[in-house]
Amino acid sequence: MNHLVARVLLAMLLVPWVAGMAQPSAGPRARAVVVASKPFGESYLLCEIFAQLLEAHGIAVERKPGLGATEIGMRALRAGAIDVYPEYTGTGLVAVLKDSLDATMRGDPAAVYDRVARGFAERWGMRWLPPLGFENTYAIAVRRETAARYHLRTLTDLGRASGRLAAGLTSDFIGRPDGLPGMTRVYGVRPRVVRPLAPAVKYQALAAGAVDFVDGYSTDGLLTRYDLVTLEDDRHLFPPYQAAALVGARLARDRPDAVAALTLLSGRLDVTRMRALNRRVEVDGEAAPRVASDALAALGLGPRTALRDAPVPVAPQQSLVGYLWERRAAVAALTLRHLLLVGLAVGAAVLVAVPLGLVLDQRPRAAGVTIGALGVVQTIPSIALLAFMIPVAGIGIIPALIALWLYSLLPVVRHTYTGVRDADPAAVEAAEALGTTAAQRLVMVRLPLAAPAIMAGIRTAAVIAVGAATLAAFIGAGGLGDLIVAGLALADTRMILSGALPAALLALLVDGALALVERAVAPAHLRRRR
Amino acid sequence: MTHAAGLPRSLAAHEVRYCYPGGAIALDGASITVPAGGALALVGESGSGKSSLLRCFNRMLDPDAGTVTVGDSHVRDQPAVSLRRRIGYVPQDGGLLPHWPVLRNVSLVPSLLGMTDPVDLARAALALVGLDAARHGTRFPHELSGGQRQRVAIARALAARPGVLLLDEPFGALDAITRAEVQTVFIDARRELGVTTLLVTHDLGEAAHVADEIAVMRAGRIEQTGTANALIASPASAYVATLFARALAAALSPPLR
Repeated sequence: MNHLVARVLLAMLLVPWVAGMAQPSAGPRARAVVVASKPFGESYLLCEIFAQLLEAHGIAVERKPGLGATEIGMRALRAGAIDVYPEYTGTGLVAVLKDSLDATMRGDPAAVYDRVARGFAERWGMRWLPPLGFENTYAIAVRRETAARYHLRTLTDLGRASGRLAAGLTSDFIGRPDGLPGMTRVYGVRPRVVRPLAPAVKYQALAAGAVDFVDGYSTDGLLTRYDLVTLEDDRHLFPPYQAAALVGARLARDRPDAVAALTLLSGRLDVTRMRALNRRVEVDGEAAPRVASDALAALGLGPRTALRDAPVPVAPQQSLVGYLWERRAAVAALTLRHLLLVGLAVGAAVLVAVPLGLVLDQRPRAAGVTIGALGVVQTIPSIALLAFMIPVAGIGIIPALIALWLYSLLPVVRHTYTGVRDADPAAVEAAEALGTTAAQRLVMVRLPLAAPAIMAGIRTAAVIAVGAATLAAFIGAGGLGDLIVAGLALADTRMILSGALPAALLALLVDGALALVERAVAPAHLRRRR
Repeated sequence: MTHAAGLPRSLAAHEVRYCYPGGAIALDGASITVPAGGALALVGESGSGKSSLLRCFNRMLDPDAGTVTVGDSHVRDQPAVSLRRRIGYVPQDGGLLPHWPVLRNVSLVPSLLGMTDPVDLARAALALVGLDAARHGTRFPHELSGGQRQRVAIARALAARPGVLLLDEPFGALDAITRAEVQTVFIDARRELGVTTLLVTHDLGEAAHVADEIAVMRAGRIEQTGTANALIASPASAYVATLFARALAAALSPPLR
């Protein structure tokens, strides 16, 4: 029994080390360029285009697609955890520099680019490469019949009719100054109701009539699929959103080769081309790497060997089972990584939380404070906790482990504390009166009697961790969340399910396996009773 | 008994005072003595300080003032853990460790003392209270009847052959028939071992049956000490007189319900 535990612990410690060994060791000069993206289709595609372009120039690349939102991407870039990702000048201006769009810059993309490029260079030494050639601004979309009924053509029209309309907006848009607050200020838009919607479902929700208007991006491929009307920003509320490669300080300083390669894309992707590429990913369900290599080949920027056969869209009628079976190796690898994340985080939490629960038993006053503080940690939304980790621990598996570890502490500490405190007080007192030392009581009586409670805490922590670990994909830690995040971004239900179903199954399996452990460590008299 | 049995030791408490951390007075100058091999019952209402006084002898409670001695030595001068291993203790609910089989429960104190044959001692102690180690030794406490559990608790308290035995309402939770049965078992065992006994009970009949002398407690003090006959014949106060009169009345007439 103890041998088994020791072996499992040893394995958990060794696996990441061995996995690290297995990767090609990269010296400081040959360090891979980390290319990242935000979690939506166009960003994925641009990330892949950047990556393949760099590879075509013989530069080693590591991909970190689907990082949280702007906040996470920026933190990661500032911390040097990633080197480059596609960003939009308007976002840089409003959401990062917290600057406002003054009158001179209205409708002047070049002025915004200059302001943003200067601001980022001065503050963080980052470089905005010259724009790629298309704008992806906010586009407020309505159904064609809504536009007809309320005579909507511009956002001014929307302001007039908004009191009768339901808005379905991404949480990003609800909060940022050039989002809903700006629409209210400039156009007097006050919707009857505002429903926060995930990017992946907003167009479906609009098409189904659940809401009357949504915020989209002007290059979204789904705009054409659902026959939607976009309203004109007639008073220039939205700043120009020119897409460009945003390069971190270290890459800008140390890797002129990579910067030069990426600059080859500047001015080459116009809005028509981009919308067509997005449609292939978002609507036709083609894989981003294939679309990216086609795009580079068409621009004459790809390696000749990358020219492939004509694109074959994934058959949309393929069953979920078939889809999963086809990707079983990838799903299995992600499941294993997911399990590793959970195992390491919960294992480390148990090593700290059980002793902590026992210490707190001796200090009831500290117990209240500590358990309260851990409760506060528990209330921090997972995604926010993950974002807080970036300045401290960068992105990838380490910050995810720290966040999951923090989440796992509370259930184990609390169950240990209450389990030991409430363990058969009469038996504990008798043992004391018969001459056992405090340590003997702990080992012989209190811990064995508290074991079921402690195991219940560990089970709770593990099941929570399996769920929370899906969010770790937002900071590049991998695991089944990769599929969920990418699936959400690409509005691909099967891809979401290919991550969500194994995650749910994993939660059940982990809980079941720990239930067996719980039975094995239960006090003898409880085992006999079964 | 091949084993060097602990010699019975006398017990004495002198002017013992104790306040609970909240400030309520539990013991207000209580004094008792039990000669070596004797048996004293502490009786009184709930909250009169019986259990508190008992717990002073194994240092489960350290009084604020007064002296407590076991044999010739002050309990304060001895480490609590080694003192307790030489004193048997039986609480009301038995306090058996629920996850240990009977034999392991009973061999606890001999094991703690590092004796060479704790299991043999446990078997002998079980025999002393009328239980068969072969039949009951491997059972868990929850698999026994209430009476059997209290017998096991008594066996556990006696297994290491202590010179002193403390019992805190040991038969209080049992029904009348079982209680009489276990009392008889206990009296026989005590007679065989000659262990000095201090018993806390609210049952005057039990006190008279099991102990040589009775000390009546009230509000943290000893109201009167003597044999049952002496207390009935010449009560020192109206309180003692009333207490015994009520007990007699209750014993003689069945409850009207």
